[in-house]
Amino acid sequence: MIVPLEHVLILAAILFVLGLVGVLAWRSNIIMMLIGIEVMLNAAMLVFVGGAARWNVDGQIFALMIMAMTSAEVSLALALVVYLQRRKKTVNADAFNEMRG
Amino acid sequence: MEQTLFYILAVVTVIGTIFAITEKHPVHAIVYLVTSFFALAVIFYLLAAPVVAVFEVIIYAGAIMVLFLFVIMMLDLGHPERAWRPHLREWWPALLLGGIILGAIVTLATGARTTSKAIPPVSVREFSRVLFQNYGVAVEVISMQLLFAVVGALYLGKRRKTNPSQPPLVSGGDKPFLPPDKGGPRGVI
Repeated sequence: MIVPLEHVLILAAILFVLGLVGVLAWRSNIIMMLIGIEVMLNAAMLVFVGGAARWNVDGQIFALMIMAMTSAEVSLALALVVYLQRRKKTVNADAFNEMRG
Repeated sequence: MEQTLFYILAVVTVIGTIFAITEKHPVHAIVYLVTSFFALAVIFYLLAAPVVAVFEVIIYAGAIMVLFLFVIMMLDLGHPERAWRPHLREWWPALLLGGIILGAIVTLATGARTTSKAIPPVSVREFSRVLFQNYGVAVEVISMQLLFAVVGALYLGKRRKTNPSQPPLVSGGDKPFLPPDKGGPRGVI
């Protein structure tokens, strides 16, 4: 490895914290929450790739699977955002506080 | 040289992400995030994962971010620069959990270093051999998951006639003269 594994883990932890802060603080905009989730998943991918560079190739496989999972998650979540915005005319997460079957 | 490049790209990634999560306008946030993802792709390349780096650029920066932009332009959010930022009352759980993880970062930074020898970059041949020989079932599961996501997105994106705020004639989109239950691309499906 070109750098120690701890430095990769520190970078991934910083990215994860930034994504977590984005998700927890931006409750007024669902799209910004989804951006925070993307950042957190990228931090997890960075950990897997760093582990792959330290041990063997399997971490890269799991990074690819995280990417496929993210594409499915984002397509569903954005369809949900479009649906909710059509119903309530807003993207504020606090506005969606009721359920209807 | 590669170590210096790694630290420079790490700084670019972190700063781009900070700008992305503090930006009020979602389109600007996505442009910052694409910058961050490009830097992260080069970091993946430096960590002996060129396949993952290429997929990061193609899928993340290319497909997912464009999907975000498409939805933001479709939603007509009004004036996002007039939206209010989160209050301090809403920041404290984020700051609490972030502080705890920062404690873990300090523990990592003060611990011992583990250095190992450099491994050669993993080629596409080796990557795909491991992917399809050892993890073939996972590939099948992921393909089913993507199919379910497509079905769910089609179901959620369908305009319902019971919604009183939407006139039913616009449901075809590009074919407004056909009846909504027979027109449009969903009739073909």
